[in-house]
Order: sequence, then structure tokens, then C-alpha cells
Amino acid sequence: MISGATGSGFGVPLAGVVSEFSDAIEFIFRSRESRAGGADVGGSQMLDLLGEHLQLTLAASLVACLVSIPLGLWLGHIRRGSFVAISVSNVGRAVPSLALIAFFVAYLGVGFTNVTVALALLAIPPILTNTYVGVAQVDRDSVDAARGMGMSGLQIVRRVELPLALPLIFGGVKTSVVNVVATATIAPLAGVVTLGDPIINVSTYGDEGRLAAAIVVAALAVAAELSLSALQRAVTPTGLKLGSGRTLRERFPFPKRRVEATP
Amino acid sequence: MLTLLCAALSLTFVIAACGDDEEEGGGGQATTPAESGGGKEIASNPDNGATSITVGSKNFTEQKLLGEIYAAGLEAAGYKVKRELNLGDENIALKALKGGQIDAYPEYTGTALGSFFDVKAADVPKDPAEASTQAREGFAKEGLTAFAPTPFTSSNEVALTKEKAEELGVTKISDLADKAADLNLYGSPECRQRTDCLLGLKEVYGLKFKKFTPVALDLRHEVLKKGQADVSIVFTTDPQIKREGFVLLEDDKKMFPPNQSNFVVRDDIAKKAGPDLSKVIDSVQAGLNAEVMQELSARVDLDKKTPDVVAGEYLRESGLVK
Repeated sequence: MISGATGSGFGVPLAGVVSEFSDAIEFIFRSRESRAGGADVGGSQMLDLLGEHLQLTLAASLVACLVSIPLGLWLGHIRRGSFVAISVSNVGRAVPSLALIAFFVAYLGVGFTNVTVALALLAIPPILTNTYVGVAQVDRDSVDAARGMGMSGLQIVRRVELPLALPLIFGGVKTSVVNVVATATIAPLAGVVTLGDPIINVSTYGDEGRLAAAIVVAALAVAAELSLSALQRAVTPTGLKLGSGRTLRERFPFPKRRVEATP
Repeated sequence: MLTLLCAALSLTFVIAACGDDEEEGGGGQATTPAESGGGKEIASNPDNGATSITVGSKNFTEQKLLGEIYAAGLEAAGYKVKRELNLGDENIALKALKGGQIDAYPEYTGTALGSFFDVKAADVPKDPAEASTQAREGFAKEGLTAFAPTPFTSSNEVALTKEKAEELGVTKISDLADKAADLNLYGSPECRQRTDCLLGLKEVYGLKFKKFTPVALDLRHEVLKKGQADVSIVFTTDPQIKREGFVLLEDDKKMFPPNQSNFVVRDDIAKKAGPDLSKVIDSVQAGLNAEVMQELSARVDLDKKTPDVVAGEYLRESGLVK
């Protein structure tokens, strides 16, 4: 094989990677002229993109929660419709969001509403399935005891099933939000200029802009995951927590480093 | 493998060059030129069998079509041809070309200048010949030969429906001057921040539209058809233009830079392939104007035929192969 690039074999020279990354980081914080000329990109312009990205993520996640949590609670409470909650919604997950956007163009046009609906549909399955399973797996005896104490159906849902299902529901929300954060990058193809813009338009933003946007989206996904995990722990009923006063290391079971193991 | 290739090819066009032994005459003049569709049938030259050319293309319809047309034309001239017609974007294609995974692929003047040679969009020459020359010089420095550009240019252009054009009474972009404020403009996402697109409409024509909405490439026509867009920035060779009867406004201030396609070949292959190479390229692309490209792309995108079938149809219809 004739290799056109300098450097040998598979490895990209480390210095090249480092400089590409530092260029991308600089792109995030300082604006510059676009590659094709005539416009400023990066820096404060990234903030606009980030703002739009967050708005879209929030809107889609909220819509998804409002639809799927009540539905999941109801289906889980009556312990019926597992087919709807699990199979149908999982099939929905397989439909690409881009195809959904194209499909909704005929009914919703192009823009914020369209993309929000498409992303909400992507976000619904994990939340719906988790809510259903969370409620349906609540110990029968607990529910019977609650009923024996004279609680109404609504009270059982609110005071027994929902608290016990919350950790699982939050697990679903977490999955969905991370999905939506990542998928919101396709929104510039349907009229909403999110952090996907630098990823789609290399001719304007250049490779460093693409990498910069990817870094920000990845950071956003990690931040969403961590903050929702914290929230998930916060809402978990004390009775469900496995022991209290756990250290960080116990919570995240990374193997201890050998250095630390030796006294 | 070779027989399989030959069998597949003979489905679309009769080919006399599957094996050198099938050749009857000695030189290229042995085959009779059939003057049917205006074009001259490509003569097969057995000497070309020694050269193997891997034709590449990027991953969208127009590129695949061009790749198939060049590949089939070269095959008709007796070259051994391999196809690698789905290479992603221009950076991947260029890397493959320099790295030897492919030997040739069609690249647009504007893309080459902007992406490979770092020419700012505003600095791309407005004269097609000048732009092509500049691109060719750039390629030459990289050890690549760019052949003559195609007649068609695949540029941005402002489109609207026939009814809307009549209603507004516009034929040129500058006619939109006092109307733009009430019009919804749609275009590709990259259009938004480019001086040769939305920014150019603002700066060169002084047009301020009511709203600009970025959409995916294939949605630009959809929104026109559905009436969501009053005006849409499309490519001159888009298949929908002809089929849907859209009107392209004349770019009277020459704001959109020319963007012809140039067949780029690595120098070593270009040398090895000899004089027949440029002859084949010239003859297959001679008929490729914007209307023909619209029609060929329409057969692929709208009629759902495969690019190799449509390329064969084009070559037969223009009398280049039997």
C-alpha cells in the first residue's frame, strides 16, 4: 500500500492528535473567521448553539416524561398492557429520528415543534418501559397491605408504587436524556440550529469546529448522566438504599489501585 | 470474478472488451463509429487493456452517476475498470485517491478550491474557466491531473414554484429586492453562514428574508412543494427541478460561484492510460448539461433506478456505446 500521509502505519502521531484537540478546545472559547470566510464561528457563537441544544433537549425530555410516566404508572398499576409498554415502544426506538423528522414535515412543517416531537418519540420508550416495569414489579404484598389499610387506587399509586418505582423511572429518564442530547445534533437538518451545526457543516466550521462541538455534546451527555444519577439517588426511598454512609469508592466499584493497596 | 464482472456489465451494454482475445481488429480504428445520437461511439483499443483504473466517487447520487458514466465509458474504450463508488465526503475521496485505493474520481471546482486549497468562498473566481484552471493548478501540485470540466455546474441557485414566480413577477434574483422581507427562505444547513449562499444574498443583493430555515438537502424541495417555503436555495442539478417544474432565478450579479465537475486522476495512472483517457472523458461528459443531469438524477432518485443502469441508458441514448 502506498501511504500518502507522513508517519508510519496505523498510529496517528501523538503530537498531531494533541494539537487537533487543543485547537478544538480553543475553538470552544474563542471565536474565529469561518473556513469559507465571511462569518465568525466558535466562542460566543457556540453559546448560542448550546442554548438552543439545551432548550430542545429540555422540551423533548419534558414532553416524553409527561406522556410516558402517567401512561406507565397506569399500565403498571393495572398490571396490563406490558405488550404496549415494552414491545411497541421498543419498536418505536428502532425508527430513526431523521426518518421521523422527514415524516412529520408533512404535518408539522420544519422547525422546533417537529424536532421536539421526533426527539420525544425517541425518548418515550425507555421511560415508558422503565416506569411500567418499576410499578409492575412492586411487591404484591406491599400493594395488598396498602389496600388492606384502606388506601384508594390513586393513593396506592402515589404513596406506594411511585416511590418504589422512582429509581427505575429515573434510570429510564437518564437513558432518554442522554439519547436526546446526542440525537439533537441532527436538528440543523430540520431548521433548529443546535450543536449539530458544526458537526454537519465542516465547510464552515472546519475540522476543529466539528471536534469542538463533539466535545461539548459529549460533555453535555456526561453532565446529564451524572446530574440525573445524583437526582436518582436523592429520590430513592431510604428503605431501598443498600446501607447508608457509603463511600464513593463503594458506590463506583473501581478496582483499587495496587499502589493504594500496599500499606 | 472477472467473468462475473463481465456478465454484470453486459446486462447494461454490449461490450467487446471482456477479454482481449475477443477483439477483432488491431487498432482503435477497427470499430466502426456509429453516428446515432449525435455522439461518436467510443472505440475500444486493446492496448488500453493493460491499464487498470479504479474509479471512485463520493456518496451521493450525482457523484455515483458520474462515476458510473466515466467507468462505463472507460470500459468501452478497453480499459480495465474497477468501481469504488461510495466514498463519503471529499476528504475521504482525496485521501483514497492519494493513497492509491482509487485512481480517479470526479470533484467539483468549488469544493476543491474551498476544501482542499483553502480558498475563501468570496475569492473563488466567478469565471468558470478561471476557477477550473485554478483548481487544476492546485491538483497538479498534489500530483493529480484534473481533466476538462463538465458542461454542467452544480451550484446553488434560488428556486421557487412556477405559480409563486408568476405571482411575484420575478425572473432574476435582484427582482426579489422589495419582496424578500415577506418571504420564507429555506436552504441547506451550510448555506446559513456562507458568503456564497445566504450571506451573499444579504451582502451582494441586499436581500433580507423574513426567516431563513436550514433543512436537509432533500427537504429543500419538499418545503417548496408543500408551500412552507416561498423560496428555497437548491442545486442547479437537483432532479426535482425539472419534474416539479420549479423556476430557477437568474443570478444576475453572479454571486453563486461556478462549480463544474472535474475528473481527477493520479498522475501515474493518467500517464499510463495514454491519450485515449482524455478523449473518453471529453466524449462522455460532452452531453452533460444541467438539464441532462437533472433528468439522470431524477431517474435514480425519483424513478428508483440504480446509477449503473441510468449511466448505461445515458451512454446508449447519446450513442456513445451500443
